Amino acid sequence: MNKPGMTLIVKTIVRISTSLILLYGVYIVAYGQLTPGGGFPGGVIIGAAFILLCLAFGKEVALKKMSTASASILDSAGALIFLGVALLGYIWGTFFLNFFPNKGIPFHLWTAGIIPLCNIGIGLKVSVCLFGAFIALVLFRVAKKEN
Amino acid sequence: MQIIPLFIAVPLGAAFILAMLGKARHSLIDLLANIVTAFLLILAISVIGVKGTTTYSMGRWLPPIGIVLVLDGLSILMLVMVNLISFLATIFSISYIERFTAKAKFYAMFMLMIAGLNGVILTGDMFNMFVFLEIASIASYVLVAFGTEDEELEASFKYMVIGSVGGLFILLSIALLYGMTGTLNMAHLSQIIASKNFGIGLLFTSALLIAGFAIKAAIVPFHAWLPDAHPSAPAPISAMLSGVFIKILGIYTMMRILTNVIGIATLGRAWDIMLVLGAISMVAGGLLAIGQWDYKRLLAYSSISQVGYIMLAFGLGTPLGYLAALFHLANHSIFKALMFLNSGAVEYATETRDLQKMGGLSERMPVTGITSTVGTLSISGVPPFNGFWSKLLIIIAIVQAGRPVYAVIAILVSVLTLAYFLKVQRYAFFGKIKDTLMNIKEVPVPMCISLIVLAALCLIIGLDAFRIIQGTNASWFIRVMIEPAKEVLVNGTNYVKTILP
Repeated sequence: MNKPGMTLIVKTIVRISTSLILLYGVYIVAYGQLTPGGGFPGGVIIGAAFILLCLAFGKEVALKKMSTASASILDSAGALIFLGVALLGYIWGTFFLNFFPNKGIPFHLWTAGIIPLCNIGIGLKVSVCLFGAFIALVLFRVAKKEN
Repeated sequence: MQIIPLFIAVPLGAAFILAMLGKARHSLIDLLANIVTAFLLILAISVIGVKGTTTYSMGRWLPPIGIVLVLDGLSILMLVMVNLISFLATIFSISYIERFTAKAKFYAMFMLMIAGLNGVILTGDMFNMFVFLEIASIASYVLVAFGTEDEELEASFKYMVIGSVGGLFILLSIALLYGMTGTLNMAHLSQIIASKNFGIGLLFTSALLIAGFAIKAAIVPFHAWLPDAHPSAPAPISAMLSGVFIKILGIYTMMRILTNVIGIATLGRAWDIMLVLGAISMVAGGLLAIGQWDYKRLLAYSSISQVGYIMLAFGLGTPLGYLAALFHLANHSIFKALMFLNSGAVEYATETRDLQKMGGLSERMPVTGITSTVGTLSISGVPPFNGFWSKLLIIIAIVQAGRPVYAVIAILVSVLTLAYFLKVQRYAFFGKIKDTLMNIKEVPVPMCISLIVLAALCLIIGLDAFRIIQGTNASWFIRVMIEPAKEVLVNGTNYVKTILP
């Protein structure tokens, strides 16, 4: 019981499933404008994959993949992407303008204008934010024990 | 008017950039935060005097489908107050927040709060308003707990629980309004409400709305969170919370929705509840303030009392009542921000908030002492300072509306206000200096600048208001700032005609 994390069975299954969960999350984000889903649900799935890693292998392994500093920067970057896309509309005259052409062709990936870009920003923000909140709760508990 | 969305976009962007700059040098962070708030103040000043109603359709989606931002007299007054106080609070923070470790995080949350406040002021969409309201509220929960001491965390938790209940009341009423009318655009809502008879359902929704906004505005009996939350926050945040936060999230939203969307006539006699709530807040806040020995807690109770004045004048429903309410709102923003910054300066120098441990501070801290005297005289309604004129107008408005009992209460509470602020002056600033305080110094220059500017504003607005004797429009401040805001409220549900042609 010296090793951090859960038993071998859990670790093996998590090792296989994490990448699939991540891929599914990315799919939900990227196809958000065409199928049910979008930035928020996709981001939650991606964040959940990291939380799963953290639960199965212990927080050190998860923090090696994504440190708190980089989580904090990516979190802000997600929000800034969203805001940046909104501000880009000014070039064409209006805040939040959907400026890309070829809108509204069914079943094609890039036909929703700026919505996929916004979804990517939201997905990044939500996934990292969820992971960050989880890590914060984990670290907070440890800090309290030392007192 | 391409600049309208910038009121929201600029602080939002600054918040996330500041959050990324966690480890950067403090001077850089100070500079960035102050440039942003100064820019916002300039933007707000540049829209003063814009006539009529300007609308901005986000992404060229026209109302009632798209979200629309609305800039009219009422929003301009609120924008100027928010951005003025936030600019002075950031200048004050340069020195004050050095005591805490995470300056970048502080400014990031501060910017998020400004984005939320500006959003609530500008939006013309009910649900959008709720979202911005929650952004501002959540940022304030974090800022109240910023010291992370036990007392602060407890205050923040209490604030969060009560604030969330308030938010849920508002959300429920928005859901009910949507269910009844099928739209969320404020102007469109108003049109549908006027065209059909919703009867008791609309009254129930209004009751929920009033309860929700009263929690945000800390009207008695919904005030339990404020006396804990406002003193626990760092002083610049207390100034923001008491100065503008409760007024934008509680009073402004109430004014906007009850007069412009639902309409006072629809509410009928239920409207009188505003007068009762206002009077109870005034009296209870004043009486509770007298017994306090904690400097900031006393100021917090005084905020409850003064917001009661605003509610009372607003509840009269007469044009002069609106004018007096808005004038007192603007004045209270200025002098309550000044007094909270004063308390912060005293805390910075003496490291205590207990009035009994202070004494004779004027001797060592002349700027803080003088500005605090100005604040005291303003809030107690002593001429020539601004508070005198707004309280006078409130009392005249009450008498004109034929409710002399409330006028008597207003005058008595004014005396009460003078009493508890004299207590502050007597114990903190006058008298002989205590031996333990012999080594204190005046606060650093940036903090003094904020105090002096706010005190000067109290005096300038007060002197300008002397011309009220020739008629309310003779005063520059009232003519340019308050009158257009009053017109919006007097116009009532005609609001819809300015947005949906």
